[in-house]
Amino acid sequence: MHSRYDVIIIGAGVVGCMTARWLSRYALKILLIEKSSDVCTGATAANSALIHAGYDAVPGTLKAQMNVKANPMWDRLSEELRFGFARTGAYIVAVGEDEFQKLDIFLDRAGKNGVSAEIISGEKMRKREPNISPEVFGALFVPAGGVCDPWGATIAAAENAVTNGVELRLDTEFQDFLWSEHEPERIVGMKTSQGDFYGRWVINAAGLFADEVMHKAGVRPEFRITPRRGEYFVMDRNQIQIQNVLFPVPNAISKGILVTTTLHGNTLIGPNAENIEDKTGVDVTPEGMDEIWEGGKKLVPGLDRRHIIAVFAGLRPAGNAPCLNLDVDYHHDFVIEIPDQVKGFVNLAGMESPGLTAAPAIAERVVELLQEAGEGLKPKADWDPIRPARPVFRSLSHEEQAALVAKDSRYGRVICRCESVSEGEIVAEIHAPIPATTYDAIKRRTWLGAGRCLGGFDMPRVVDILARELGKDPLGITKKGHGSEFLFRRTKEVG
Amino acid sequence: MAKQLKSQYDVIVVGAGPGGLAAAISAKKNGADDVLMIDRDLELGGILLQCIHNGFGVDTFKEDLPGPSYAQRFIKEAQGVGIDYLLDSMVLDVTSGRKVFVTGTRGGFKELQARAIVIAMGCRERTRAQIGIPGPRPAGVYTAGLAQRWVNVEGYMPGKRFVILGSGDIGMIMARRLTFEGAKVERVLEVMPYLTGLSRNYVQCLMDFDIPLQLRHTVKRIIGKDRVKAVEAVQVDDRWRPVPGTGEMIPCDTLLLSVGLIPENELSQKAGVILDPMTNGPFVDDGFATNIPGVFAAGNVVHVYDLVDWVTKTGLTAGRRAAMFAQGHCNENPVFVPTAAGENIRYVVPHRIDPETLTQDTIMLQMRVTQPMEEAVLVRVTDGDTLIAKKRERYVRPGEMVSLKLRERDYDSVRHAKELRVSVAPL
Repeated sequence: MHSRYDVIIIGAGVVGCMTARWLSRYALKILLIEKSSDVCTGATAANSALIHAGYDAVPGTLKAQMNVKANPMWDRLSEELRFGFARTGAYIVAVGEDEFQKLDIFLDRAGKNGVSAEIISGEKMRKREPNISPEVFGALFVPAGGVCDPWGATIAAAENAVTNGVELRLDTEFQDFLWSEHEPERIVGMKTSQGDFYGRWVINAAGLFADEVMHKAGVRPEFRITPRRGEYFVMDRNQIQIQNVLFPVPNAISKGILVTTTLHGNTLIGPNAENIEDKTGVDVTPEGMDEIWEGGKKLVPGLDRRHIIAVFAGLRPAGNAPCLNLDVDYHHDFVIEIPDQVKGFVNLAGMESPGLTAAPAIAERVVELLQEAGEGLKPKADWDPIRPARPVFRSLSHEEQAALVAKDSRYGRVICRCESVSEGEIVAEIHAPIPATTYDAIKRRTWLGAGRCLGGFDMPRVVDILARELGKDPLGITKKGHGSEFLFRRTKEVG
Repeated sequence: MAKQLKSQYDVIVVGAGPGGLAAAISAKKNGADDVLMIDRDLELGGILLQCIHNGFGVDTFKEDLPGPSYAQRFIKEAQGVGIDYLLDSMVLDVTSGRKVFVTGTRGGFKELQARAIVIAMGCRERTRAQIGIPGPRPAGVYTAGLAQRWVNVEGYMPGKRFVILGSGDIGMIMARRLTFEGAKVERVLEVMPYLTGLSRNYVQCLMDFDIPLQLRHTVKRIIGKDRVKAVEAVQVDDRWRPVPGTGEMIPCDTLLLSVGLIPENELSQKAGVILDPMTNGPFVDDGFATNIPGVFAAGNVVHVYDLVDWVTKTGLTAGRRAAMFAQGHCNENPVFVPTAAGENIRYVVPHRIDPETLTQDTIMLQMRVTQPMEEAVLVRVTDGDTLIAKKRERYVRPGEMVSLKLRERDYDSVRHAKELRVSVAPL
């Protein structure tokens, strides 16, 4: 007996998880599959964590449309799903007079996209961000820009989907489609590394691998995802705290190397943009590190390399789809479609920036596409949009911390020194609706190990807690799934 | 163990490693009635508990002890003189008004008031991010101290085949320890042209076990997405740039980092303590008082010492001064003389001294040099053209701290000095 679903979603990144959450409000049997050991491990795991206003997307593209539509959705979304989001506003900072002239292009684009923006003087910019370069001539201020916690948003969306009935299968890799024997060109399910699953609809939200999935469906053979690597530095918040989102004046291929605040108060510098071959190639490189450092120094000359606490790289799934609007000469647009030539297939691809921002609008668009295709989506009476928040020890006042510790003493044991993460929070995540079963899964949910010691203090303690709570041997505890075990054997053993 | 926590203490010591233990004992012996030590670990002793190798206490006890034995002598004494302590507890906040906010599973969340505080949180290890090692982020890249905890305290082997980056002491000691446990240590790589740890550790931990050390070498790249599979080692030039054509793949499953220690001062900063960017520790005077009245610093939180005996000594001084402060016995208006780093000196601790101290005690100036000098040198303390004190050394190396004692006989010249500039030059 094979499992049968109404909808199977491939990929638990931000697009897949938001789509699952949006569809979970309807009476559908939904399966979300993910090849990794956790949700939110691909492109969603490593990016600039920004909610873009939409001032720079090329007018007339799906990117512009989805970006502008999604931007205002984040306030309510973050309240319902209880993840971190702040509408900080964003600046495109012009260094020198030549760059200042170019701001008009973006002011004009913002206007065409319906995004409010204003040009401010260098003096005003320096007042708002005292660390900024004295050579700043002026800036474009976009009030609708914001910062979010992409891990928190994606995991919360997945959790909300799961508590509303979506089935999540991790460590389950898509292999090929299953086709109808009766009806030509109709997808009826898929083969995976964990067996066959049948579904009336399959949604491709495979991120970096979305091209390979659609090619198996015979869709858009010319479409290619190019992994475009971006490297980042995270700075010690005790040493420097940039309070704003600062973009340079962008170039043709990317928004440029920005210096931005994060929800945790750490300044983030990056990304560069390099097209690579390997879809899992998240190496940081000496050249990349030099490049982003130089880019960061252009906006904030006072940066000090000794204050770097983390370095990472992420991959943008850059596509090559032409804009649907033939009047617009643009070839990196989102793909959001039910292709004509196959039945039962929703195709979502090319989700580079502003993919994170656009995700809720894309999810909503998927609902519309299914309705347009004749699905009579019936809302569920018991759908609950709220993902209840769990206590975050470091965010509480001293009084609240005292009350929490009095109630459950496990919140009194601080496991991660730098980020003040308590054992109570770790245990809660291990037993959450989507259990955190690896070190990185706990890190993404609690921010543990993301501070200046990079887990040097907490790691043995977390391995112990994971082993205890999961009933496993510590030797079986991993950083990020099978093959990433921390420990090999006990001491005083041979081997 | 504190049976019943009070809400007020004469002296609260944050951290119960060698610095904290010495400070607490010294505070108690110097008249502070209520002394409380707080530590995040389950036992007293700090990092000494994972340092099961010998080499501790040669100066203090004229004995060569393993770390836990050295700690045990102080733990026994602390318990003997009736010092309260709170374990498995983390200090979350220290204020300039000397309030201490602490949380733990047994004591719960508490707000405590101290008359004086000794910060003794020790140091943390520099990480991969701080030296910018290229590559992905697999399991198997650990700091040497983390591996030491896993092996010596938890009883697990974090790898089979190791490369160690950095010739710091913990790295070399771990090279030997891992070899004892049946692991293969392929190599120790050091980016500098000289050893950064103690020479005795090079002899006893690497040479005796035929573990090769390559100076002027670093890790160019880590290979392996889930777990380390290899590292690419490379020779570097005088400006630490890789020399083309010298790359060498070394298969291994673990890369240990022994690339330096940083005083752990996040709590100190919350209290308003100002740090010296050279040491990453507080600006201190000869009594280890910080800029915040009543807040003293002991041990590696001030700057990283290479011997535990020095940590103990600073703890004894800081604890005594904290006790005096708590009892209101202080030199009211000291006229400090600043110290300064001269030729080939990276920094001098303490940053300023009260000449009056010399009427009752000696003052130890401690320095790190910038460059190694493998010949007889003269360490001089001067004020302009005036020579105040000097000392001969057979050599100086960045990995080995230079100490120079000021004595009562120096009182007059120190008292009239504008600054005490320390420099080192060939004889």
